[in-house]
Amino acid sequence: MIERLKYYLKSFLLWELLIGLKLTGKHLFARKVTVQYPEEKTPKSPRFRGLHALRRYPSGEERCIACKLCEAVCPALAITIESERRADGTRRTTRYDIDLFKCIYCGFCEESCPVDSIVETDILDYHFEKRGENIMTKDRLLAIGDKYEKDIAKAREIDAPYR
Amino acid sequence: MMSYFNLDTAFTLGWILIKVLLIIAPLMLAVAYLTLAERKVLGYIQDRIGPNRVGPFGLLQPIADGLKLLFKELIVPTTANRYLFVVAPILAIAPALAAWAVIPFDEGLVLSNINAGVLYILAMTSLGVYGIIIAGWASNSKYAFIGALRSAAQIISYEIAMGFALVGVLMAAGSLNLSDIVHAQAGGFWHWFWLPLLPLFVVHWISAVAETNRAPFDLAEGESEIVAGFHVEYAGMTFAVFFLAEYANMILMAVLAALFYMGGWLSPFQGIPLLEETFAFVPGIVWLLAKTSFFLFLYLWFRATFPRYRYDQLMRLGWKVFIPITFVWFVVVALMVKAQVAPWFS
Repeated sequence: MIERLKYYLKSFLLWELLIGLKLTGKHLFARKVTVQYPEEKTPKSPRFRGLHALRRYPSGEERCIACKLCEAVCPALAITIESERRADGTRRTTRYDIDLFKCIYCGFCEESCPVDSIVETDILDYHFEKRGENIMTKDRLLAIGDKYEKDIAKAREIDAPYR
Repeated sequence: MMSYFNLDTAFTLGWILIKVLLIIAPLMLAVAYLTLAERKVLGYIQDRIGPNRVGPFGLLQPIADGLKLLFKELIVPTTANRYLFVVAPILAIAPALAAWAVIPFDEGLVLSNINAGVLYILAMTSLGVYGIIIAGWASNSKYAFIGALRSAAQIISYEIAMGFALVGVLMAAGSLNLSDIVHAQAGGFWHWFWLPLLPLFVVHWISAVAETNRAPFDLAEGESEIVAGFHVEYAGMTFAVFFLAEYANMILMAVLAALFYMGGWLSPFQGIPLLEETFAFVPGIVWLLAKTSFFLFLYLWFRATFPRYRYDQLMRLGWKVFIPITFVWFVVVALMVKAQVAPWFS
């Protein structure tokens, strides 16, 4: 009887609705969690797997020796490599394409590379404007590597003790 | 015959037209910024910031939204009834704007101070449902049709609860004129009708939320079940007009709640020695707008807090809870008026 009366009193006073309003009212003044993206960014791990790049040695010689381990390990078959014997007798790629639409960003190519040539940078915001731009050619990959070599080297250095 | 169209009549008509514009233009601006306020408040309650990219603090966001809708293509479905399809949004917004004719913004600051103001308001808000029903019917789409049916049933049900709550106000004020209702509440915060009519006030406000099809009573829209309800087939400006009507109705309901229960344009400090003089310089319209803003904030707060009602719960609340409550409180109000309980009815 008392319980029932209590129940009626509570529902007529909208008690539980007021508790709900109190909760949302508190959140009105709570700290906001929004990250204002282009200006603010959340921290990234040095192991972040973003856009690909091909690196060079400090001498300027490209690292890739066309061993095709990355092509073999790639689970999405996104990498296509063609190679030839260069005039100085070394083996180099003539073609190194990564289809970014096929790529699943697993990082196996980077893991498999014996000379640390193909890497995944921490670049995550990029776009294509024309059909076919999703195929990253050797030139474009090398250009990215040249442009961000400092960041790439630094991220590898931070991660080195854990590998 | 010619005498009807002399200069005097023209002048009077022109003056009324100017007054109408003076009400509608700020109202449209208020609607625009209510949409921004809604997104901001919802954002803040969800620990987000809300729109802040268009202009400082997102202040130009409503203008960007309006322009977008203005330039969008008007699509009339092939199976729709073209005539009714286009007429429906007009039928929705016309009563929402017309009801503002009898709203007193300050002492004597009212377009048409008619004696049956409350009846006029009830008539206008009830007419608004035709726009929704016709929109749902003319769209010839099942979602729109279900939304319109729900909306019609809901508005009619809550119209009754709201009308009964207003009867309590009429008993307390002894008048159907909105200015007189405000005058009857003179004397500061504790003299307003919200206290003696508290249950009616709560019933009225919840019914007002239901009347305007706002969360948690937004079954007519029900985006998770019937996409967008009655306006699912509308695009561009025709959709925008429904949107304007909904928000104009929200503001109307907030103003009415302020007028009926919170003393309208009266200062809350009336009769308090020091505070009354300090705040005497504040014009009445500012108090009215402040009270209206409070109620509008409640709309947004409710939307951020409560989940949508189930249809049977909605009907149960309207018919089996609100209407009996108002009946019980009629007796109490009648007794209070007869006994001339101070400070409200003496």
